[in-house]
Amino acid sequence: MIFQRNLGEHAAALRAGEYSSVELTQHYLERISRYDRRLNSFITLCADQALAQAAAADTLLATDAAQTMPLLGIPFAHKDLFCTQGLRTSSGSKMLDTFISPYDATVVEKLAQAGMVMLGKTNMDEFAMGSSNETSFYGPVRNPWQTERVPGGSSGGSAAAVAARLVPAATGTDTGGSIRQPAALCGITGLKPTYGSVSRYGMIAFASSLDQAGPMAPAAADCAQLLQAMAGFDARDSTSLQREVPDYSATLHTPLNGVRIGLPKEYFGEGLESGVALQVEAALKLLVAAGATLVDISLPNTALAVPAYYVVAPAECSSNLSRMDGVRFGHRCKNPVDLEDLYKRSRGEGFGAEVKRRIMIGTYVLSAGYYDAYYLKAQRVRQLICDDFRHAFTMVDVIAGPTSPTTAFKLGDKADDPVTMYLSDIYTIAANLAGLPGISLPAGFSDGLPVGLQLVGNYFSEGQLLQLGHQLQQQSDWHLQLPEEYLAWQ
Amino acid sequence: MSLQSRDVEYIAHLARLAIDASEVPQYAQSLSSILDLVDSLNSVNTETIAPMSHPLAMAQRLRPDLVDANPGETGRDQFQAHAPQVSDGLYLVPRVVE
Repeated sequence: MIFQRNLGEHAAALRAGEYSSVELTQHYLERISRYDRRLNSFITLCADQALAQAAAADTLLATDAAQTMPLLGIPFAHKDLFCTQGLRTSSGSKMLDTFISPYDATVVEKLAQAGMVMLGKTNMDEFAMGSSNETSFYGPVRNPWQTERVPGGSSGGSAAAVAARLVPAATGTDTGGSIRQPAALCGITGLKPTYGSVSRYGMIAFASSLDQAGPMAPAAADCAQLLQAMAGFDARDSTSLQREVPDYSATLHTPLNGVRIGLPKEYFGEGLESGVALQVEAALKLLVAAGATLVDISLPNTALAVPAYYVVAPAECSSNLSRMDGVRFGHRCKNPVDLEDLYKRSRGEGFGAEVKRRIMIGTYVLSAGYYDAYYLKAQRVRQLICDDFRHAFTMVDVIAGPTSPTTAFKLGDKADDPVTMYLSDIYTIAANLAGLPGISLPAGFSDGLPVGLQLVGNYFSEGQLLQLGHQLQQQSDWHLQLPEEYLAWQ
Repeated sequence: MSLQSRDVEYIAHLARLAIDASEVPQYAQSLSSILDLVDSLNSVNTETIAPMSHPLAMAQRLRPDLVDANPGETGRDQFQAHAPQVSDGLYLVPRVVE
């Protein structure tokens, strides 16, 4: 089926004239119109713009320029947190429901330059704050594997859309697991790069020292291609890394002989569902069969990652979201009596409950008298978590474990209990605190629901994470499976 | 750490958030449970640990303080196209000075 093809196969078919970019774009738009009413994975579609981009790509495909543009003419979707000029950029919030961005994010610019065709903007937790996609102003996204379950979050729309093959790939962002956890819960591959690898310019900021954009697609090889186009130094992002972008696909086919995989005992303890543990072990066996060796390690401060995160991230979000004041853009309340009333009611009406909670936690931990006890303490603990990794990487090349302690949970199950929801990110958050790259790879199914294997690597080891992913995917077909009903329309 | 309703009202004021009075007890409860989670940070001694400010221990990159793009009036109109209330290129808010 056309929609089951990966990025490389689409590129070859477009060049062979099997179908045009316009035809491919229409194909995916048709899939979206048939299936997305149920999934709600898109907030905004831009069919006309997409068809115009596809027509331009078809013209270019006939020229020599196509040789250096591997992604030319291939449709995809952006998480609705990347600013797109002339198109609504809501970040999943009522606050920005009417916000039409006057400029493009760097990632948007780069993928457009690569010739990719944007079909629309995907649903997400409000301002990326959530692990279930239930905090979106536009309603929850449903997991294609079982629609009464969540797709994970915050990049839940991107994950669900890719899992149902409504798009061959999508972008996501990851502040505490927001690419990796939904990738795991929906059965696709998702990569969070090293902090600073992909420009944050034009990403609606949540927690600036943790936010990082990355690719989401069925296979590791797709993610390698997408990351190639997304990464690179950008003067407009003050924390952008000044490093040459490596060839992320260069080592995909390199055997794993000698690669040491560390298994932290803290990632396999209490709270881990047995069905998830079984599948993670099955995936690890395949990596061992491919030449890797397993080493028992410890990351002793693991339990402190979630608590440290829920100081640092809310603190940064309370500051970042102060720009939403009802003056220059976004929601404004009716008939404000004075400026303070305008601020308070605009923000009170524009933000949902979870965003308000995080802003208040952040405001509290930064307020006079509490800064040292909370914020400074959390930054010190962050250092300890980082030291754990530094020590581990003297003994192993990558660290493996489950991406999420459970498979996808039911809508509403954790919605009323923020702390329980927060703990679902227990294995992903530490990589953000340390700025390390991490990938979630499909590792089979437990009771019909996808399980994710997470690999965390040392700084700048994206190539190696993708290599491990590709080697795993040479021996398994978990990443190729999709729920049966989405096979019906071809 | 247990927050009372009046604490929530004060924090909401600092954050310039209007919270419905009926929701204050609920926020007091959920914010307290988050702070309880955070309190486990005190289980480790960090006296000798330097706080981490950047994941890659990098210095902040600086640039000359020069205008590198001047959007002009067209740019201003574009930026203000989605503003709640503008007039003659100015953002309008309720009167601040009598």
